[in-house]
Amino acid sequence: MGKLALSERILMEIDKPARYIGNEVNIVKKDLNNIDVRIAMCFPDVYEIGMSYLGIQILYDMFNKREDTYCERVYSPWPDLDAIMRREQIKLFSLETQTPIDQFDLLAITIQYEMCYTNILQVIDLAGIPIYAKDRKKGDTLIIGGGPCSVNPEPMADFYDMFYIGEGETSYDELLDLYKKYKSSDMSRKEFLISASNIPGIYVPSLYDISYNEDNTIKAIKPINDRVPEKVKRQVVTDFSKVTYPTKPVVPYVKVTQDRVCLEIMRGCIRGCRFCQAGMIYRPTRQKDVEMLKKYAREMLDNTGYEEISLSSLSSSDYEKLDDLLNYLISLKDTDHVNVSLPSLRIDAFSLDVMSKVQDIKKSSLTFASEAGTQRLRDVINKGITQEDLINGSRQAFIGGWDKVKLYFMLGLPTETDEDLYGIASLSERLSEEYFEVVPKEKRNGRVMINASASYFVPKPFTPFQWAPMISPTEFTRRAYYVKDSFAQQKNKKSLKFSYHDADITILEGVLARGDRRLCKVIYDVYKKGAIFDAWTEYFKFNRYSEAFEENGIDPDFYTLRERNDEEIFPWDHIDVGVTKQFLLREWNEAKKGIVTPNCREKCSGCGCTSYKGGVCYEN
Amino acid sequence: MKIRIKYEKSGVLRFIGHLDVMRLFQKAIRRAKLDVAYSKGFSPHQIISFAAPMPLGMTSEGEYFDGDFNSITTTEDMMERLNTTLPEGIKVHDIVLLDENAKNSMSVVSASDYYIYTNEEATDDNIATLADNIEEFIKQDSIMILKKSKSKEEMSDIKPLIIDIKKKDNGIYMLLVSGSKGNLKPDLVIASLCEFCGLEYDRYNYRIHRIETYMGEEKLLSLSCAGRRF
Repeated sequence: MGKLALSERILMEIDKPARYIGNEVNIVKKDLNNIDVRIAMCFPDVYEIGMSYLGIQILYDMFNKREDTYCERVYSPWPDLDAIMRREQIKLFSLETQTPIDQFDLLAITIQYEMCYTNILQVIDLAGIPIYAKDRKKGDTLIIGGGPCSVNPEPMADFYDMFYIGEGETSYDELLDLYKKYKSSDMSRKEFLISASNIPGIYVPSLYDISYNEDNTIKAIKPINDRVPEKVKRQVVTDFSKVTYPTKPVVPYVKVTQDRVCLEIMRGCIRGCRFCQAGMIYRPTRQKDVEMLKKYAREMLDNTGYEEISLSSLSSSDYEKLDDLLNYLISLKDTDHVNVSLPSLRIDAFSLDVMSKVQDIKKSSLTFASEAGTQRLRDVINKGITQEDLINGSRQAFIGGWDKVKLYFMLGLPTETDEDLYGIASLSERLSEEYFEVVPKEKRNGRVMINASASYFVPKPFTPFQWAPMISPTEFTRRAYYVKDSFAQQKNKKSLKFSYHDADITILEGVLARGDRRLCKVIYDVYKKGAIFDAWTEYFKFNRYSEAFEENGIDPDFYTLRERNDEEIFPWDHIDVGVTKQFLLREWNEAKKGIVTPNCREKCSGCGCTSYKGGVCYEN
Repeated sequence: MKIRIKYEKSGVLRFIGHLDVMRLFQKAIRRAKLDVAYSKGFSPHQIISFAAPMPLGMTSEGEYFDGDFNSITTTEDMMERLNTTLPEGIKVHDIVLLDENAKNSMSVVSASDYYIYTNEEATDDNIATLADNIEEFIKQDSIMILKKSKSKEEMSDIKPLIIDIKKKDNGIYMLLVSGSKGNLKPDLVIASLCEFCGLEYDRYNYRIHRIETYMGEEKLLSLSCAGRRF
C-alpha cells in the first residue's frame, strides 16, 4: 500500500475521504517499470457519480488489458477539497498510484453533460496542465475527450488536444501505438496530431479552421491542410463477441449512485424519437447475445459481491431476449439473494409480471415516458406510444395492485400549443379515472397518485430538432404555470401532482448543446469566476454565465431562440455520426407535418447507419 | 449458526467509515461464497451486526462482528476464503462459533484498549512528555473534561472510565471503559493529558490504534472468548 497524496490532516478535514484514497476492490495494480503509456481516465464530477458510469469501467478494463499501458482513475475533487488544493497548491492526483496527473501521458476526460464543462477546466487546472491546448508542448499531458457531448465538442474545442468520437473499443490501440512512436522519437506535437487525425474517429479540433458569416452563422469548416480529413466518422462496435466487457469492475467503498452490477444489454435504439440524441447517435441498434450476458451477470456478481444487478440500454423492452434474460436474473433471487433493479419497461402483461416478482407493489410506482400531452404532439416527436397504450398499461397495473404512476413530459417541444399543455393535465386525469373504474372501492387502499413531472426541451445536435428554436425562459415559465392551472381544474386534482424544473440551467444547456467554438472563452471566463459543479444546484450561479456572455459580446439567444434554415452549416457538420443530415432534415419536415416514422425493426427509414455494416440494419 | 468474526482495519483503509466497512464485509462474504443467512421479506439483507463502530482515522486489530450462517466449514477455511478476497488493510484474525443464545457483540462490549503513538506527519512530538506525566495525571482525585453534545455542555469526570493508562514503548497504552454503560474515547484522554501538561492538543499529531475489544465486568475477556474455534 503506497503513500497517499493527501495528508491525514486534510483527509480528516474533508467530507468522505474514501473518495480519494483508491485501493478499492478489483483495482488494477501494475509495475510502472514495464509501462510505456500512462492514462488518467476522468469523469469530471464527484466520485459517487463518476464511479457509477459504465463507460469508464469499460475503458479502464480495456486499456489495462494492454501490457504496455496503465490506466488509472481520477474524479473531480469536491469543493471542500478543491479549496484546500488551491490554498496548499496540491496537484490533482490519480487514485491508483496517487500520482500527479501532469505526470501522465494522456488525460482522458469524458463529456457527459453540458453543465460539467466548468468541472473539466477544474480538472485540467488542478492538474497543473495548461488550460488551453494551444499552450501545451510536447511532453505535456495530452487531453482527449469522449462521451455523448463529444459529438458536438466545439464549445470545449480549445481545451482538448483531441476527441475520440464514438465507442472506445475500436480505435484506441492504433492511437496508443502512434503515441508511443511520438513519445520515443523526435516527432513534433503538430505532426503527431495530424497523424492522429487520420485514425478513424479521432478529431483534432486545432486542425480545422472555422469561418463565420456576418450574421454569426458558420461560413465554412475547413481542415488546415489536405493531410487532415474533412470529416470524422463516429466509431461503433459491430461484433460484441470480439470486444471486452469489464466482468471484474472496481467496487467502491462509499455508497455510489449506481451501487450495483451494471449489465449492458444493447446499444442504440430502434425508436427514433425526434428529440432524443441518444436514439440517433448510437445507431445502429445492436443486441448482445443473451447467453453471453447470463455468463457476464454471473461472473460480475461473483467478482464484486454486489447483491443487485441492473440492465443498461436505451430501451430495454426492445431487447428481443429480454424475457429469457430477466427470468434468469429473477431465478438468482431465490438461489443467491440477488435483486434485479428493473430498467424502465414498456408496460404490458410481461413487464407487470416481472415487476410484481422483484418489487414491492405497494411501494413502487410505474413510469410512463409520455413526453407530450396529446397524440398530435406525440406524433410530432415520433414517440411511438399512444393514449390507448397509456390507458391500457395503467389499467393493467391498477388491477395488478399498483396505485402510483409517474408520467414524464417535456415542455417547449416544437409546435407545442396550449392545447398540448392542457393535455398533460387531462391525460393525468384520464389515468386517475381509470383507477376508479377498475379498482373496486373495497380494494382501494389510500388514494391513487398520478405524479406528472416536466422538464424543458433542449434541441440537441444530430437530432431532427437540431433546426428547432428553443422557447424563451419567460415562455417556459408561462407554460409551466399553464399546466399547473390546468391540473387545478381537474376533478381528481387531489390524486394528481405536477412538478417542473427551473429554467435557468436548461437555457445554458441549450446554448452549450448547439454551441460553437466562440463559447470556449465564455466557459473559460465562467470558470475563472469560480464556477465548478454547475450541475449541482447548490453551486450553480446563473449570473456567472450571463456576465461572461455579456463580456464576450455573445448573445445566448443566437444559439437558443433561432430557428435554423435548411442550408445552415452547423458547428458539428464535420462530425459524421452515421445518421445523415439529409435524413434528419427529412425527419424535421415530417415532424412539422405530424407524420410518424416507423421504427428500425418495422421498416428501414434510410438514416445512413447501414454504413456501419451491422446491428438491426442487417438483422433480417 | 452464530459466529463471531474478529478483524483488523489498518493502513489507508482507516479513512473508510463504519458503514463502508459494513458494506465491504457484506460484499466480501458473497465473494467468498460463505453461506450467510438472509432476513425474510422483499429486500432481504444479511443478518450481521457489528460490535463497536470505530471513528474515521483510527486503526484496529480488535474489531468484531457477528453473523448468522446457514452452514459453516472450519475457522481456518472461512478465514482463508475471506482473507483472499478482502482488500489490503482489512484482515480477519479469528472466527469463533457462539452459543445460539449468546448475546450479540454490541451489547456485551465493556472495554477497549488502545495504543497511542506519534503520527508520522506530526508537527511536533509530545508523546514522551505526555508519557512521563501519566503517573501525576492519574493521581488526580478527578479528571474533569468539558463534554459537548448537541444540546448542552457539561463538566464530566473521566477518571472512573480509565481502567489503566501507562507508558509503553514509544507511546501510551490505555484501557478504557466502552460500550453502552459508559464510553470514553481515547482522544479525550490525550486531550486532557495535554492540558494537564500545559501542551496544546492537536489531534492530527497522534495515531490511535485499538488493540482489543473486551466483554465482562470483573474479569475482562476478549470478545472472541465467547465462542470456540471450529
